[in-house]
Amino acid sequence: MKILVAVKRVIDYNVQIRVKEDGTGVHTDNVKMATNPPDDNAVEEAVKIKESGKAKEVIAVTIGEEKAQETVRKALAVGADRGIHIKTDSYLEPLGVAKILKKIVEKEKPDLVFMGKQAIDDDCNQTGQMLAAMLGWAQGTFVSKVELKEKVIEVIREIDEGLETLEMNLPAVVTCDLRLNEPRYASLPNIMKAKKKPLEQLIAKDFGVDISNRIEQLKVEEPPKRKGGVKVSSVAELVSKLKNEAKVI
Amino acid sequence: MSVLLIAEHNNSNLKVFTLNVIGAASKIDTEIHVLVAGNKCESVAKEVAAVSAVKKVLYSDSPNYENYLAENLTPLIVKLATSYTHIMSSANAFGKNFMPRVAALLDTSQISDIVKINSADTFVRPIYAGNAFATVKSNDKKKCITIRPTSFDPSPSSGGSSSIEKVQAIDIPNVSKFIKREETKSERPELGTARVVISGGRGLQSGENFKLISAIADKLNAAVGASRAAVDAGYISNDHQVGQTGKVVVPDLYIAVGISGAIQHLAGMKESKVIVAINKDGEAPIFSIADYGLEADLFEALPQFLEELNKLNTIQK
Repeated sequence: MKILVAVKRVIDYNVQIRVKEDGTGVHTDNVKMATNPPDDNAVEEAVKIKESGKAKEVIAVTIGEEKAQETVRKALAVGADRGIHIKTDSYLEPLGVAKILKKIVEKEKPDLVFMGKQAIDDDCNQTGQMLAAMLGWAQGTFVSKVELKEKVIEVIREIDEGLETLEMNLPAVVTCDLRLNEPRYASLPNIMKAKKKPLEQLIAKDFGVDISNRIEQLKVEEPPKRKGGVKVSSVAELVSKLKNEAKVI
Repeated sequence: MSVLLIAEHNNSNLKVFTLNVIGAASKIDTEIHVLVAGNKCESVAKEVAAVSAVKKVLYSDSPNYENYLAENLTPLIVKLATSYTHIMSSANAFGKNFMPRVAALLDTSQISDIVKINSADTFVRPIYAGNAFATVKSNDKKKCITIRPTSFDPSPSSGGSSSIEKVQAIDIPNVSKFIKREETKSERPELGTARVVISGGRGLQSGENFKLISAIADKLNAAVGASRAAVDAGYISNDHQVGQTGKVVVPDLYIAVGISGAIQHLAGMKESKVIVAINKDGEAPIFSIADYGLEADLFEALPQFLEELNKLNTIQK
């Protein structure tokens, strides 16, 4: 059993993002970056499966600029065996990312691909599903529990109505919810050891797939500032305003 | 142009968000066809046919579609997509699950979770958890779009009588199997999709006092939410938490009771259409974003609120 985990470098979730004045995006210079939070859960789950003896190898892969390597190094520091960094300096849409990951899957032949359910920067929630479709594989999205059995994997998904259990044939793609597990911290000795683990670097445009973007970002704006409304003096006035002015009750 | 819309249902009833998607689709084109794929779900097909904005219902019946597994629905949608320019569904667990699969096989870049339609190819969508909004233009011939249901008004559910065309179910890949669904049992609507949400914070002082909130929730058919402070204090379970690390809600009416309005909480509710704050601290930050603020002791205000609501006999469900 071999598990491929896809990780993405994003602005740290603790950072209050700032929209650029010219509307071309958000400020990323000198901003703290980190692994996309649910991708940490994906790495953790893969490493746990390996520790249980059910998997032999965990490979972490990322696509992005030179510094995106840090995200792979972090995965190596918490237990992944080797890494792949596919370098590109331009933003790729999930469609392009999925096409490149498909090439990696064809080469590495993993039994499972794990990744976060959504990246907290573009909030697309697409890559895992797209990859599964391109491969013709089963998909488990928004997964909060994984149980690996012989030849199949059982997952519990977080859906709007509650929870859903699916059984999927292997190989399969699993996109992870934050509730899946509690990601561990890398210890200093393991961070040092991770520096010696193999990290292969490839170039996105060498893959020979169409990764051109199909969507033009025309502008990025701050959300409209919400203005405070009025203070009401009594409950009766509140109910009357909700009924007659706001018409919400 | 024409829109293929994928209906969400449970084989007996249409899920209401489908009407919001129809409302959104109406801003793109009037030629709206709705796919109802399920198992013995003819009643749903009829329900959709009665929606006046719908031009045609495509009805596909098969046990393979009963649990709307993305793997099983996708081949059917991809086949039907040939005749349409836009494929649309809701950006909830239903639409998010299958739409990227459809988009990938059509080699089109999906536009997720749109909140505004500027034109047939230009949309506005939140990024960074709603801390920024991007206006994007799709250059793909076919557009796969998921819409945020609460950002669009629902289409009226009656007045129409469109034709129902039977569509042959097609082969499925047989790679996944539905085992079970455990629906969270609650008499109340679900937090993420409720039209009205009433949330309590640390001001409630105990879990027991949340019954004041529940009583109003029952009256307004509202979901019950809570601030992180109330959850951390153990007043209420984690799944009620509204905020950056809890659920992001966009109801028509959000009532914050005894909640000061920490940034973490505001991130989860500030897009609500109408916000009411009830707090005894007149300086609480929640008042700066509330449409209607009531500076009062919640233990007096909530029972009065319930009494006033009881006087109204036209509470909208």
